[in-house]
Amino acid sequence: MDLKDLYRDVILDHNKNPRNFGKLEPCDTSADGHNPLCGDRLTLTLRLEGDTVSDIRFEGKGCAISTASASLMTEAIKGLDERAITALSDVVHRTLTSSTDAAVPEGLGKLAALSGVREYPARVKCASLCWHTLAAALAHRGGSAAVSTE
Amino acid sequence: MNLIEQATAHYDVERVRQDFPILSTTVRGKRLAFLDTAASSQRPASVIEAIVHYERHLHANVHRGVYELSQKATDAFEAARERVRGFLNARSTREVIFTRGTTESINLVAQSWGRSLQPGDEILISWMEHHANIVPWQMACERSGAILRVIPIDRRGELDLAAFHRLLSPKTRLVAITQVSNSLGTVVPLAEIITAARRNGSLVLVDGAQAVAHQHIDVQALDCDFYAFSSHKLYGPTGMGVLWAREAVLADMPPWQGGGDMIRTVSFEKTTYNELPYRFEAGTPNISGAVGLAAAIDYLESLDIDKVHAHEQALLHYATDALRAIPGLQIIGEATHKAGVISFTLEQVHPHDLGTILDSEGVAVRAGHHCAMPVMEFFGVPATARASFGCYTNREDVDQLIGALHRALEVFG
Repeated sequence: MDLKDLYRDVILDHNKNPRNFGKLEPCDTSADGHNPLCGDRLTLTLRLEGDTVSDIRFEGKGCAISTASASLMTEAIKGLDERAITALSDVVHRTLTSSTDAAVPEGLGKLAALSGVREYPARVKCASLCWHTLAAALAHRGGSAAVSTE
Repeated sequence: MNLIEQATAHYDVERVRQDFPILSTTVRGKRLAFLDTAASSQRPASVIEAIVHYERHLHANVHRGVYELSQKATDAFEAARERVRGFLNARSTREVIFTRGTTESINLVAQSWGRSLQPGDEILISWMEHHANIVPWQMACERSGAILRVIPIDRRGELDLAAFHRLLSPKTRLVAITQVSNSLGTVVPLAEIITAARRNGSLVLVDGAQAVAHQHIDVQALDCDFYAFSSHKLYGPTGMGVLWAREAVLADMPPWQGGGDMIRTVSFEKTTYNELPYRFEAGTPNISGAVGLAAAIDYLESLDIDKVHAHEQALLHYATDALRAIPGLQIIGEATHKAGVISFTLEQVHPHDLGTILDSEGVAVRAGHHCAMPVMEFFGVPATARASFGCYTNREDVDQLIGALHRALEVFG
């Protein structure tokens, strides 16, 4: 197993230069995510047009996997409606938890860079934190929600 | 030659390593550099064999059967208690209670002795406690209306002793304090704390989890009231621990868990309780765990704890110097007196990423909050990486860590 399979250039780039970093004020919905095991914290703020995420930002502190995953997620879901987001989220989760010899599912785009995480079960929570947080933000629209991976 | 060099000159770590079967395994195709002894130590073959011997030849329930096997198991179990008594220099085996570990030992005190707490009483702990020496007291305070006070620490990870003396008051019923911080490595000046607490009329509980395998422990010399430790941090099995307590204090404490073994007679009208220490040991105990713990104590004493201590101190200095030379690396916890525990952060790399990269190089370190979230908050870090040493740690382990840290810098360069 090569370390470069986990820390691909895309991951390292998004960790160093996270996209959509910051806070949307005002926003339509927001959520805090926390991974108590490693102390990762993440806040998502979203603007919605109907069912569609028109803008999203994240801020927080975390490891490279969690930061890059959040950064990649914000890029991937901007402009998608809730159904498309749920479908994408399912594919991401399947990718992160699939066996290491299974083929990486289609349709992930840049998010496929996260597929190396499945070789490191202890790190899956780092990559999935932002997706859980996103689901909470969409479920508690108009308010604020908090999720924890524990 | 200084004192440490003199002592380590007669310590053959390579010989010691041969006693630990797991150290010859490889991880991810690399030599294992096991630097997580503070979380759990590895076991020597003699401990593994003692447990297997017990399971194969001696097992039956203790304190019950009149048949030979039960007597043999009881003898082995009680011999382990006597072994622990000698190891701690306790007055009597009546003071040695077997538990599941340090956490359960502290919970026993918090739930049993803690029942005597009154509203307004104070429990004094320190900022660098493990969660196991925070949460049981918070729960006891919630139940009783007592108040939890916290001795602050400074940026070097030293206890603020002036603040300790100020916080000590007539309301202080108990000082519950660690001997060695698991997250910072700080060795706490127990003598000063215990002297002041006793003069104040407060009891003292010492969390010895991180100390017991690394220095001589003498509970009479320490003059504390409770001493808690775990077997698995002492080269023994998991699920086994000890609470030592002064007999006069134990005598006034109510039982905490009810069941078999802790009773003398049971009727629906009135139950009478067993004598010490059995009153605090409800249910069938971890018999093979006790046997394993006794074997672990035998093993550690065969190495000479003073020599182990000197060896670990030499490694601490060697590793501290090597780590300081790495750009962007910051050691968290720089107390004057430290045990073989080094917490650190690397500016460019999150501790969790560091843990994964070090793992890929065969280096096992803990990355996280070390069950000491208040310490992490104090230093403003979400987590640290922590390397910790034991009797089998050698310079090659440290060198492998340093090499792996350079690899991390390359990946994140």
